[in-house]
Amino acid sequence: MKRVQFSHPLMPYMLLLPQLAIVGVFFLWPAAEAIRASFYLEDPFGFGSTFVGLDNFKDVVSASEYSRTAWFTLIFSAAVTFFSLSIALLLAVKADNVIKGASTYRTLLMWVYAIAPPVAGLVGVMLFDQHIGPLNDLAHALGWNMQIGVNYFDTAFAMTVIAVWKQIPINFIFFLSGLQSVPKSVQEAAAVDCRSSSRRFWTVTFPLLAPTSFFLLIINITYALFDTFGIIDLVLKGEPGNNPVTLVYKVFLDGFRGNDLGGSSAQSVILMILVFALTVVQFRMIERRVHYS
Amino acid sequence: MKRSQFWDHVVLVLGALFMLVPVVYALMTSSHDAVSIYKDGLQLSPGGHFVDTYKQVLTEAGGFTKSVTGLTMLWNSLVLGLGFAFGKIIISMLAAYAIVYFRFPLGTFFFWIIFSTLLLPLEVRILPSYEIVQGLGMANTYSGLIIPLIASATGTFYFRQFFKSVPDELVEAARIDGAGPLKFFIDILVPLSKTMIAAIFIIMFVFGWNQYLWPTLITTDESLFTLVRGMKQILQVWIGAQIPDTNQAMALAVLAMLPPVLIVVIFQSWFVKGLVESEK
Repeated sequence: MKRVQFSHPLMPYMLLLPQLAIVGVFFLWPAAEAIRASFYLEDPFGFGSTFVGLDNFKDVVSASEYSRTAWFTLIFSAAVTFFSLSIALLLAVKADNVIKGASTYRTLLMWVYAIAPPVAGLVGVMLFDQHIGPLNDLAHALGWNMQIGVNYFDTAFAMTVIAVWKQIPINFIFFLSGLQSVPKSVQEAAAVDCRSSSRRFWTVTFPLLAPTSFFLLIINITYALFDTFGIIDLVLKGEPGNNPVTLVYKVFLDGFRGNDLGGSSAQSVILMILVFALTVVQFRMIERRVHYS
Repeated sequence: MKRSQFWDHVVLVLGALFMLVPVVYALMTSSHDAVSIYKDGLQLSPGGHFVDTYKQVLTEAGGFTKSVTGLTMLWNSLVLGLGFAFGKIIISMLAAYAIVYFRFPLGTFFFWIIFSTLLLPLEVRILPSYEIVQGLGMANTYSGLIIPLIASATGTFYFRQFFKSVPDELVEAARIDGAGPLKFFIDILVPLSKTMIAAIFIIMFVFGWNQYLWPTLITTDESLFTLVRGMKQILQVWIGAQIPDTNQAMALAVLAMLPPVLIVVIFQSWFVKGLVESEK
């Protein structure tokens, strides 16, 4: 906080009022409602609700479909995070290296940031389409009988590729800015000591990128969990059938299609705990970085 | 040195192509007619129907969503993007100003309430949010579309970080000159924050324009559909058709990506600065 501050009886409250009102009505109330509903069994016809304790959670966790979804979410998140981070890191290292055309490459590699996930999903679905999609033709040429929307694995593959494509730019931006902030003197000293540029990278540059990488790791997990909703919805064309879905997509399906309010809320609360844990880890990391720098 | 630079360029060109080619497919396919796409697949070369296709999706109701034109959807996207960005900046600047520059009872408490919103994204409280907003009669309105999205405190967090970096001497000087808190805010702090405001505006506009889940739930009236919101409808109608109007679907996808992409590319340096700085 500031050393010098204003004091005024009413003004700070008036300044805070709009934000507090919105947070209260559109955040605290729904969040509390989600937690409350997770302990109740709602009558689907609207005739009140009964308190059932942890039954909703037990039902959710014991359902085989839920563990299948949880496993898929885990593998999907890991794949998206790993591939989008490593491709972005490779490109950022190269873009930091080159002298000619550096700014052109930067623009070409970051502009996809602005494309919405469902729009990426639509274009992706068309590219993987069984009749007109060039990627589908390519798979067939390689002897892979790809069937998006029919085959579980193929659908998961398409989702992952689209999700990685969409996430590379933001990782690239952060990695590049991280690389550019590595002091010139450190780089030169390392160059004197060690001739192998790849060893220099892993022993000197990469550790200096650790805070950026950790921050990006959290961002990417959050992205894979939540922001891929639009991609998944488009790849499934709104008809999940027997295809893979993520945990967030399942909250949406059970709540809005299945009318299972209690079950959907219990799933929301489980996700809340997950996100809460991720955010706490992230904040502690940021605090630590501030202390050391 | 020369040789290693060559391979760097190869990797970068491949990376750039990987990012670029899907969108080139979308753009080029939108310039062909539906029948030839149906026969030959997606296209990588320009066709002769560019103007027809875009004129059709922009001005003719029907085709994809049956009751709205692409122009209406474009307008709705613009309202959402601008409304969200302006609303967020105004509200979060005021709140951040109160938090950083005032000492008052419950200040810390309010600070934690506001920042608790960073913990839970809209997706995990989507069902109750929908029910509450609908109960308030805000379903199918612009305000119901925009205001609940503003609840997350990201903007407040960015401005708080920025205000904390503004030198204390400025407040002292302003106080010696007899300027009150309101005058200090308008005459000193807002002009100082110009670059920060621009950067956050770009990030928030893109974020608002690209919203999908919330608009999907809260707008069921097609006249309020944004382009991004309409993507699934576009795809579903496209599946149902005898000869799918792939060209029109791709044209709408291109329209949905064009404004945010242009803004990000044109104001690249501000945007990157805002993005990277805000995370520190």
